[in-house]
Amino acid sequence: MINWANFVSQCFNGLVLGALLALISSGLTIIYGTLGVLNLAHGAMFMLGGYAGWVAYTYTGSFIVAVVAGALFVMLVGIIVERTVIRSFYGRPHEDQLLVTFGLSIVFVEAIRFFFGSLSKVTPAPAGLGGIVNLGFMFYPTYRLALLGIVAVALVVLYIVLYRTRIGMIVRAGIEDSVMVDALGIDVYKVFMLVFGIGAAAAGFAGIVNAPVVSISPDVGETILVQTFVVVVIGGVGSFPGAVLGGLIAGEIISITSMFNPGYSYVMLFAAMTLVLVLRPYGLLGTAGRE
Amino acid sequence: MIRKRPLLVESVTAVVLIAAPFVLPHLGVAPTTVNRILIWGTFGLGFDILFGFTGLLSFGQSAFFGTGGMVAAYLLTVANFPHVMSAVFIGTIVAAVVGYLIGLIALRRTGIYFAMITVAIAEVFYFVEFNPLSAFTGGENGLPGVPTPQLWLGFTTIKFNTDLSMYVFLAFWYFVGLVIALRVVRSPVGAVLSAIRDNPLRAAAVGHNIGSYKLTAFVIAAAYAGFAGGLLALMQGFMPPDAFTFDTSGQLVMQTAIGGAGTLFGPLVGAAVWLYLSDFFQTTLHLGATWKLVLGVVFVLLVVFLRRGIVGGLATLWQRATGRARAPHEAAESDPHAVAAGAVAATAAPVVEFVPSPRRPKPADDGATILKAEGLTKRYGGIVANNDISFSVKRGELRGIIGPNGAGKSTFFKMLTCEVHPTEGRITFEGRDITGFGVTEVCQLGLTKSYQVNQLFTRLTVRENVTIAALAEKRGPFRLDLFRSVAGVEGLSQRVEDTLKLVHLTERADLPVSELAYGEKRRLEIGLALATAPSLLLLDEPLAGMSPRERLETVVLLKSIARGRTMIVIDHDMDAIFELAETITVLREGSVLVEGTPEQIKANAAVQEAYLGGVHAP
Repeated sequence: MINWANFVSQCFNGLVLGALLALISSGLTIIYGTLGVLNLAHGAMFMLGGYAGWVAYTYTGSFIVAVVAGALFVMLVGIIVERTVIRSFYGRPHEDQLLVTFGLSIVFVEAIRFFFGSLSKVTPAPAGLGGIVNLGFMFYPTYRLALLGIVAVALVVLYIVLYRTRIGMIVRAGIEDSVMVDALGIDVYKVFMLVFGIGAAAAGFAGIVNAPVVSISPDVGETILVQTFVVVVIGGVGSFPGAVLGGLIAGEIISITSMFNPGYSYVMLFAAMTLVLVLRPYGLLGTAGRE
Repeated sequence: MIRKRPLLVESVTAVVLIAAPFVLPHLGVAPTTVNRILIWGTFGLGFDILFGFTGLLSFGQSAFFGTGGMVAAYLLTVANFPHVMSAVFIGTIVAAVVGYLIGLIALRRTGIYFAMITVAIAEVFYFVEFNPLSAFTGGENGLPGVPTPQLWLGFTTIKFNTDLSMYVFLAFWYFVGLVIALRVVRSPVGAVLSAIRDNPLRAAAVGHNIGSYKLTAFVIAAAYAGFAGGLLALMQGFMPPDAFTFDTSGQLVMQTAIGGAGTLFGPLVGAAVWLYLSDFFQTTLHLGATWKLVLGVVFVLLVVFLRRGIVGGLATLWQRATGRARAPHEAAESDPHAVAAGAVAATAAPVVEFVPSPRRPKPADDGATILKAEGLTKRYGGIVANNDISFSVKRGELRGIIGPNGAGKSTFFKMLTCEVHPTEGRITFEGRDITGFGVTEVCQLGLTKSYQVNQLFTRLTVRENVTIAALAEKRGPFRLDLFRSVAGVEGLSQRVEDTLKLVHLTERADLPVSELAYGEKRRLEIGLALATAPSLLLLDEPLAGMSPRERLETVVLLKSIARGRTMIVIDHDMDAIFELAETITVLREGSVLVEGTPEQIKANAAVQEAYLGGVHAP
């Protein structure tokens, strides 16, 4: 017999996880769409954000500073990585790009393990957002509710940047045809660097805002990376709306299945991915030929 | 080099495997490390066929490694299965079957999608192994108590229970695995796999069912993974659950990249480097957990600077040292003379006649009309690329198609070769309705095209390119002749030599395509189409981008090809088309403007208007 209060609360958890996955996947998908590079270090970027934020929190005690530090630090890492490594891989086959970003992810994870050890770190929820709140029909952790709002705001900001600004227009044009953008006299490499930075920052931001919910350890990015892949396959590569839709679907599937048996959550996720691949091979909101 | 001394690679490997246990301990490699290297090397043989030869980078091999090992370990421990190697083979078969099912899903997409899907699938296996199936797999404890393998010789039994005896056991199976893998990559299937890696579009267009071949490679890789997983269980006497982790897949990928993909030995060499360094960092330098960080940095540097891995790098050095690789500029310089000589010879030399393929069904009608298109229309959204084109070509004809830019010529050709499907209308080839067929099927029926932009297998030699195209016609769209040598395909070498002669590339046959001059690449492009023995050959702008002299030579070449064949040629070079074609169809704005002999077309006012924009001849 299903416990309905539990069910509703799991649906909320699914929504929170889904929004988080949507944000991380958007970062991955705009990087891939624009640069043509699938960043296997994206999960590690999420983890780096968590750690950068945790360090900032430890020194300042301010959650807001931690969030800003997490996002900015990862953006900086993204920009440096793009300038030093990724840039020489634009002309090389996808396989090489996968290999090098995979190598980078190991370097990031092991560097963090070297400096901070393997034990997980806890960043507490900011003051006033701890504890639980009574929603009338159920009790729910306050911070998770707040997290839903925070991530929704971040997604809206990303949406505005992508769809309502000049730079966003250039990025979206780059997703369609970066060679043409280059030919129009726009320094496409500067755009690439910026996109890599924004995409990484999205992952880093998600990493720190999620830290009060799930404590961080060096390996935390791996699970996220896999879930992000499923989201992108479901939503369609290079599609921002696809990432949001895919994220919400994946989040709900994981949460609701976990209610019955967490061991099957990946099986269900995989089943959903297979269904999409069979019915709409390019993803729910993807475009044929963008690969 | 390999073909001249057929068992060279095998013999050298055998010698190295025999010498290794005597040499490696002196270099500071622990005996168990040597054994682990062999297991990773065996694992990597299959992975290299998938990644190095077919170009499919999977990050999910742990699923099959774990499955094979778990099945074998389960049989040998819980189920008390009596025979050790049979259990490993059953594990291998289960892994292959699982690989087949997973491949059906993962191979729906290529490139990064494929990589992402394989990662996700491997993660599913990991979770299933740990939780729902933990009653069978021991969950996070794994399955201990796997018996040691033994060999009964009739009078005594050898137990492989020491490091050295285990080495002999593993080295034997590695060698068996290597011999099989070598046979596979030298088989026609292996040739098609490397064609898929280089240019999947063209591999399909010359008539290979690339989906089935990719699935074959995927299953082979899964089987090797499962086998290696079983060996791991035997070596450790215990099946560890971490075989299923993403780290396992990642380590395999990294070792293969370090050693060099596409060499079969790369994974073994990479595993040796990886495991040796990890031992060295941990036990000699006492780096503790930092070893993986250092190795990660080493790996990134290797990917950035050493593109073909250690084995690939050594092969390049070897080629330079022995002078096998000719400098590209030298090749280009010798070109014009070769072409001129070839072109002149073509007019005198006996022409290689067209022989209808015995594999193909006879024409379904009287055979006078080879191709008929009725009411072909193609719309892209609101844009009409082709509008109600009706068109027919007689057997033996050489038809020219001309038209200003944007007339819809290329779309028309794509519909005829079934690369795109018409919105409306019907195409009949040799009396058979082919509307809605695929490129591969149509090519197998005898209709193919040479592309406007070269679509070659760039990392292969000229001869290998032509061989791949000829294989499609000789073997059909898909065949699992994994253990036959390419040279053993009946009539293949004759077809390849004839085709090379026809396009004047016999002298250049052993050069990699990347070293050819542009004109030569264009001829090879035509050669690829010809090698499939088409009864109808479509040529999409064969003269595009050529110098005036190359054009003249190519026209001579096309004339010699045309004998006994039916061809349709699109080109912008009017003089060439007027010289070649017996009948010319003029397209304008997606429709047939007029059709007639070269003289009629030259004199036609509508054609002049279409090209000159209303300036009438006096």
